[in-house]
Amino acid sequence: MARATSRKARIGWTVAAWLVALLIFFPILYTIITSLKTEQEAIAGFDLIPSFTLESFQTVQSQNNYFRPFTNSVILAVGSTLLALIVAIPAAWAMAFSPTKRTKDILMWMLSTKMMPAVAVLVPIYLIFLRTGLMDTRIGLTVLLMLINLPIVIWMLYTYFREIPGEILEAARMDGATLRDEILYVLTPMAIPGIASTLLLNIILAWNEAFWTIQLTTTNAAPLSAFIASFSSPQGLFWAKLSAASVMAIAPILVLGWFSQKQLVRGLTFGAVK
Amino acid sequence: MTTTLRALLGATALCATAGIAAAQDNVTLTIATVNNGDMIRMQGLTDEFTAANPGIQVQWVTLEENILRERVTTDIATQGGQYDVLTIGTYEVPIWAKQGWLVPLELGDAYDVDDLIPAVRDALSVDGKLYAAPFYAESAMVMYRTDLAEAAGVTIPEAPTWADIRDAAAKMTDKSKEQYGICLRGKPGWGENMGFITAMANSYGARWFDTDWKPQFDSEEWKATLTDYLAMMNEYGPPGASSNGFNENLSLFQQGKCAIWIDATVAASFVTDPATSTVADNVGFAQFPNREGVDNRGNWLWAWSLAIPTSSDAQEAAQTFIAWATSKEYSELVAEREGWRAVPPGTRTSLYENPDYQAEAPFAAMTIDSINAANTQKASVQDVPYTGGQFVAIPEFQGIGTAVGQQFSAALAGQMSAEDALAAAQSNTTREMTRAGYIK
Amino acid sequence: MATRQTQGLARLMRAPAIILLFVWMIVPLCMTLYYSFLNYNLLNPGMTSWAGWFNYQYFYTDPAFFEAIRNTLVLVLGVLLITVVGGIAIAMLIDKPIWGQGVVRILVISPFFVMPPVAALIWKNMIMHPSYGVLADVARFLGTSPVDWFAQYPLTSIILIVAWQWLPFATLILLTSLQSLDTEQMEAAEMDGAPAYARFLYLVLPHMARAITVVILIQTIFLLGIYAEILVTTNGGPGTASTNLTFLIYRAARLNFDIGGAAAGGIIAVVLANLIAIFLMRAVGKNLD
Repeated sequence: MARATSRKARIGWTVAAWLVALLIFFPILYTIITSLKTEQEAIAGFDLIPSFTLESFQTVQSQNNYFRPFTNSVILAVGSTLLALIVAIPAAWAMAFSPTKRTKDILMWMLSTKMMPAVAVLVPIYLIFLRTGLMDTRIGLTVLLMLINLPIVIWMLYTYFREIPGEILEAARMDGATLRDEILYVLTPMAIPGIASTLLLNIILAWNEAFWTIQLTTTNAAPLSAFIASFSSPQGLFWAKLSAASVMAIAPILVLGWFSQKQLVRGLTFGAVK
Repeated sequence: MTTTLRALLGATALCATAGIAAAQDNVTLTIATVNNGDMIRMQGLTDEFTAANPGIQVQWVTLEENILRERVTTDIATQGGQYDVLTIGTYEVPIWAKQGWLVPLELGDAYDVDDLIPAVRDALSVDGKLYAAPFYAESAMVMYRTDLAEAAGVTIPEAPTWADIRDAAAKMTDKSKEQYGICLRGKPGWGENMGFITAMANSYGARWFDTDWKPQFDSEEWKATLTDYLAMMNEYGPPGASSNGFNENLSLFQQGKCAIWIDATVAASFVTDPATSTVADNVGFAQFPNREGVDNRGNWLWAWSLAIPTSSDAQEAAQTFIAWATSKEYSELVAEREGWRAVPPGTRTSLYENPDYQAEAPFAAMTIDSINAANTQKASVQDVPYTGGQFVAIPEFQGIGTAVGQQFSAALAGQMSAEDALAAAQSNTTREMTRAGYIK
Repeated sequence: MATRQTQGLARLMRAPAIILLFVWMIVPLCMTLYYSFLNYNLLNPGMTSWAGWFNYQYFYTDPAFFEAIRNTLVLVLGVLLITVVGGIAIAMLIDKPIWGQGVVRILVISPFFVMPPVAALIWKNMIMHPSYGVLADVARFLGTSPVDWFAQYPLTSIILIVAWQWLPFATLILLTSLQSLDTEQMEAAEMDGAPAYARFLYLVLPHMARAITVVILIQTIFLLGIYAEILVTTNGGPGTASTNLTFLIYRAARLNFDIGGAAAGGIIAVVLANLIAIFLMRAVGKNLD
């Protein structure tokens, strides 16, 4: 910032920003705090200091082993995203560098495939999964999640690729670069931030998908969305346990998000910046 | 010759044993269940079962009740075969058995099927065949705070009328101390507020449908039910009652905020448990109320039960598991580990004759009396074309019951009048019943 | 420019994605279309018969139908309003020279990482519960009686929850846009004595138009399909006060197991969604070129 800001103004902005940030973060913070309380404390009224017991986590773990759904979540989220990238990178590249009159229409059509309400197509998809033996398999769900997120992946990559100046490619071509060179040495380095950000965003979206992952699994492929569904309304209000299970379900992706937020933000423009 | 023969015989025997062992080794049971405390306890005891049946492995799918119902219904209706044992209620069993989706249970002599409480057994049987084994069963009753009653100078008779309840609730209400006279379910859902309101309507002499399947919400009995329910809740109930279900009310009662709570009998073991309840020593029990002059106490009966879908490929092992999980031995196992109070209630006569159980569970007598009194074949004093007590055992009821529950919940939240709620319920239900072909 | 050869190659590179998405769209769509003309209830599988237009008529005449459409629009517009206005405000706040910018940014984007059903559960039990929620504690502290959010303001409560989930997304995109703003231009305007609101109106806002369009477009697609938050919190009630179109379909499909009716509802929803999309493209699409 080139503009000189007075110290007083800076303090003011800092306080305001922190207040807003804490307000937005509060529900998550309070869930973490509650997960460290006993059940009696959890419903005893507002209190920010828990007794730091891990009792709830132990109970949750003993009722429902965390590691299998965790592994499934990782496999499904990462697998479907990689698969989507394999299909989407060439498509987005072609659309960005050899656009036709219909490119924009095709993009809009792709996005519109997301408008069919999932509940309405559940039974058709359910029957297909059943008859093809894909029910409760990781491969079936991976492909499904890939298809669900593919439009967004293509869109993100397309908008990012489009910002890569075409002149660079032409210059490279003039210098006698082959298509392979072009992709490897010119395009890839420039595209990596965009791809990284797309990858992260879609891991998040796939991790948080909670309709198909519950409806099409029983045990083998059930991820953390199904794990949390087994704690949402037990007999009695077990909020410490519910909080502990929630923390377990969201913590991995939250931590991933925190550590990679710079990468995530860099490419998350959807063509918003020109 | 003899040696050859012996060797041959030996080999055959060996093969046979190996074959059986191999077959048993391959059996993995997938069991779908709800996340209620008793089921979670059953999961914890699985090792006992697998130790006794080394050939069988057990996999649990634990889901929240509504999601479980969606998943299991879709699976069984499409013959998916994802599950070998299902946890379902008295609502599903007769409907699914009639569709031919459930395997009749043959649990062996040692199981002592005649020990099952007759009302529960009937509710889980179709044409005399048992299609599901009860894991725990419940009726409904009044739970109230004896200390508050004494302080307010009221006595609640063992068989109260709604007038008694209303009077007692009025006297025990002290809103300044967050002490509410009565807590009832208000959260919409066919198994939430409609479970209670339907039972209450039964005890008012109302019925869901006449014998031509015409909805009866325009009757005087329904009007009286809903207006009394709303009046009690508005005057003596806790705030936010329209989002209170079983869980919320349980929690309120355990914290001493409710003087009277009318709900499932299974709650009795939670409210009298000193570990979770602050009022454990001061709980009294009474029968579900009735309206003066109506010989009906709600006819609430529910049993979470284990059943086997015909699409299962491990039916034999599934029968073995069900026989274990609903046996007398299982009850003894739980009693040994966690005390008699923790034993799943309401399924076997022998449990209620057990002096240890009677000593530890002060609610035992009222529970068994309530269950025995429930008549699910004829829920109302008027003639009805359906079975079921606090629900109507037709496939369409989940949808209809929830839609009506929404209207009544809105009335409780003060967003519409009782008349409007009843009128909306009447027209919605008529529409759905016409669609389903009941009303010609 | 592009030779015929590269055109062919481009087509080849596009093909897998387009074919996959086409199959993914057309197969369920055709099956749903087919089911929508059947009397098909999962609980009575033996009694499937041709229904003609009956399912459509039945869905359309549902007493909750028009309210559901209204609720869908209110939900989408409400969340868009909060996330766009809030997103711009927060983006500008974070863009100021503040201490701990990195941490503030992490805190602000965190809700985006929370699974929708978990977010709904947290808000329902921990924040908005009329007896045990934090807001009830605050109300009691202030000496007023706690608000029963889901009974008294059902749709508003759901809008708040969903807006909380999507605010980070909007903030991030708007922030990236804001940071690409030419600072020299801003300084020049400041030198010329243009007041803050004028700089915002004539420089910042036009610059962000494109980003706002993107936020609206992407969020609308996701917001039209909201139902998990409704299911967990209000179940569409009280009455049908918080039932949107997707939830109405959910009710048909998962409560009544009426596959024909749900399919008809799905087709109606797709048609309406596409109408909204076309309208959106007309209204804001030019910002995307």
